Amino acid sequence: MKIKDHNELFQQQEYIEQFKNKKEFENPWPEERVKEVAEWTKTEDYREKNFARKNIKINPAKACQPLGAIFCASGFAGCMPFVQGAQGCAAYFRSHLNRHFKEPMAAISTSMTEDAAVFGGLNNMLEGLGNAHTLYSPKMIAVCTTCMAEVIGDDLNSYIRQAKDKGIIPNELPVPFAHTPSFVGSHITGYDNMLKGILTTLTAGRKRKPNGKINIIPGFDTYTGNYREIKRLLKAMDVDFTLLSDVSDIFDSPNTGEYKLYPGGTPLEDAADSINAMATVSLERYSTMKTRTYIEKEWGHEAPVLPPIGIKNTDKFFDEISRITGKPVPQEIEDERGRAVDAMIDSHPYVHGKRFAMVGDPDLLMGLMSFIMEMGGKPVHIICTNSDKRFRKEAEAFLGENPFGQEATVYTGKDMWHMRSLLFTDPVDMLIANSYAKFLWRDTGTPLVRMGFPLFDRHHLHRYPIVGYQGVLNMVNWVVNTILDEMDRKSINTTSFDVIR
Amino acid sequence: MRQIAVYGKGGIGKSTTTQNVVAGLSEAGYKCMIVGCDRKADATRLILHKKAQTTVMDLARERGTVEDLEIEEVLLTGYRGIRCAESGGPEPGVGCAGRGVITAINFLEENGAYEADTDFVFYDVLGDVVCGGFAMPIREGKAKEIYIVTSGEMMAMYAANNISKGILKYAQSGGVRIGGLICNSRETDKEYELIAELAKRLNTHMIHFIPRENEVQRAELRRQTVIEYSPEHKQADEYRSLAKKIAENKNFTIPTPMTMDDLEQLLMDFGILEAEEPEDAAV
Repeated sequence: MKIKDHNELFQQQEYIEQFKNKKEFENPWPEERVKEVAEWTKTEDYREKNFARKNIKINPAKACQPLGAIFCASGFAGCMPFVQGAQGCAAYFRSHLNRHFKEPMAAISTSMTEDAAVFGGLNNMLEGLGNAHTLYSPKMIAVCTTCMAEVIGDDLNSYIRQAKDKGIIPNELPVPFAHTPSFVGSHITGYDNMLKGILTTLTAGRKRKPNGKINIIPGFDTYTGNYREIKRLLKAMDVDFTLLSDVSDIFDSPNTGEYKLYPGGTPLEDAADSINAMATVSLERYSTMKTRTYIEKEWGHEAPVLPPIGIKNTDKFFDEISRITGKPVPQEIEDERGRAVDAMIDSHPYVHGKRFAMVGDPDLLMGLMSFIMEMGGKPVHIICTNSDKRFRKEAEAFLGENPFGQEATVYTGKDMWHMRSLLFTDPVDMLIANSYAKFLWRDTGTPLVRMGFPLFDRHHLHRYPIVGYQGVLNMVNWVVNTILDEMDRKSINTTSFDVIR
Repeated sequence: MRQIAVYGKGGIGKSTTTQNVVAGLSEAGYKCMIVGCDRKADATRLILHKKAQTTVMDLARERGTVEDLEIEEVLLTGYRGIRCAESGGPEPGVGCAGRGVITAINFLEENGAYEADTDFVFYDVLGDVVCGGFAMPIREGKAKEIYIVTSGEMMAMYAANNISKGILKYAQSGGVRIGGLICNSRETDKEYELIAELAKRLNTHMIHFIPRENEVQRAELRRQTVIEYSPEHKQADEYRSLAKKIAENKNFTIPTPMTMDDLEQLLMDFGILEAEEPEDAAV
């Protein structure tokens, strides 16, 4: 049997007629009027109404807390992420991550139903922990919550203690937890909460003399290529480090024909010893807020934020790592820098002066703005759904001091439908955003470079780093070649036969 | 079938009043049912003559799911054929009592507890409308008539005003109306006039003033309504009279809740609260 693609399917005569017949019952507006309104949605007038919109979000660029929490938890070796809530929630987190990485992802749900909503989820938690321990022999179970458990106020701390007191799970099994209501914050908040929970549990009572290592917290970073790149660079510098939540082997594991439930991650012993490091470097600011405060206060070592996206940021990253560890930056990395700068110079005539719109997580946006301005590009519309005035202030200050940042406006809490209005009323040359921006590309024709999370509709992008000098090369590649593709598309019906760009 | 919800401050006498009214309506030949929406499950003890009946949520907890329940297990018949159900709820401090009410009422509805020949269904709802769950009886076209039990005590009046705010939300979007205030007397000063005035301000009426009477207590101790325990007592007539007024009530309105300031002013006007010197007047 040949299964038709949905596009082809609905273009069959049978379906065309069905759609036509259905109209009779739909009592639709006349097509002319629909077109007229569609055109009106592209105007300044509509933009004003769109930005006054209060009670609805349309295509917000964010996911919810527990997604970030289980993403974080999965990066510890032998850790089983465990979701206190209804099955559909865990299914959504897993499928969202599956679709981005094209990899399987394990997580437990306690399958709370209506009865659990009334009586509380204690029994679900006890049974779930028991089953998870028996069936999957995890070295650690990391518990987070969903809306339902949060609304009824399930007390994770007491539930987990009861599970241990009753002998359902061994007392020595680490079971960190984080309260992660989906209706507060976003996936980056959940990542932060879970990481703090895990580190608190694992490092309890482990404070000893310094171990000479540094910790690296990647943050909610969905580029497996970034993890491998950071590890490669620090090894090249001969720095002894611990990556706190290393998801690279979980979401990019080799296909050996054999399924592994726990394909890698940060060894728990290393994570427990992270309290004794010289410093903890976060590669993202906004997805590590609480964790950094906790580390500075409880571990008593410095916890700087050093996001290595773009040349300047990467320079600073190496300078600081060098300062903290006393290790020099090797020639090999200097050469990489030189090659990245060379690539930027080769491509910059096509990027210089181009106007950019971007949607993404706050940390990605900070990095991207820096990189784009290094190429002479102008960030114009910046939308960050999952951030607040702290990010806006930081971004505005950063843009304000750069001649290429003068046309930029930073919008927090806005969504992709707001971006649609911006793209129609104040067009730009390029949009950088996740896969959902495909519909903005479709509506407005703005060339799209896919970056961020999720990336569902293009393959392998997450395998290529965007951090370090190698990351600069990848970004230059995506940006300039998308611009050139667009130039070629626009010159199809012209006399231009330019083969050299 | 008329569905009626009775709200009021905790301990004001909602359950006692409701059961006595229902006894009065049954005596007059109406077929009635009571649905208790409080995890204490004391809304039906005077009708069933037992401590507390098995609640929907009790059995759901025992069986693991509400789907395994049979309607006969939770819908009992008491005095004069009055049918009784209790929602029940979780242990204090865990889970969600509001959701318990929703689950229980959905279960009763889906399992045909509301027979077509029932004349009155009374929902006896706990103290205050603390969350959406306790508004379940007045959601989606269930109870359209609401009576608030109050007294001349300030907090009871405050609660009545608050409940009116809750009703107002549902009145605007649906057909929910307030049927009146029931004053369950605590023998405070000028109580009759005060509640009559409060009712007026709330755009409703005081449907009945139930005098304080120890016979109610005596009957309660024997797990009976006054109407059953001492049918000849004058207090039984008070409840009969209220039952008749409810059966014949035509006065259904959208409440107009007061501001806290207005409510306090009302109490001052009746000399219950002493007027304070304005703070800045002293300067």
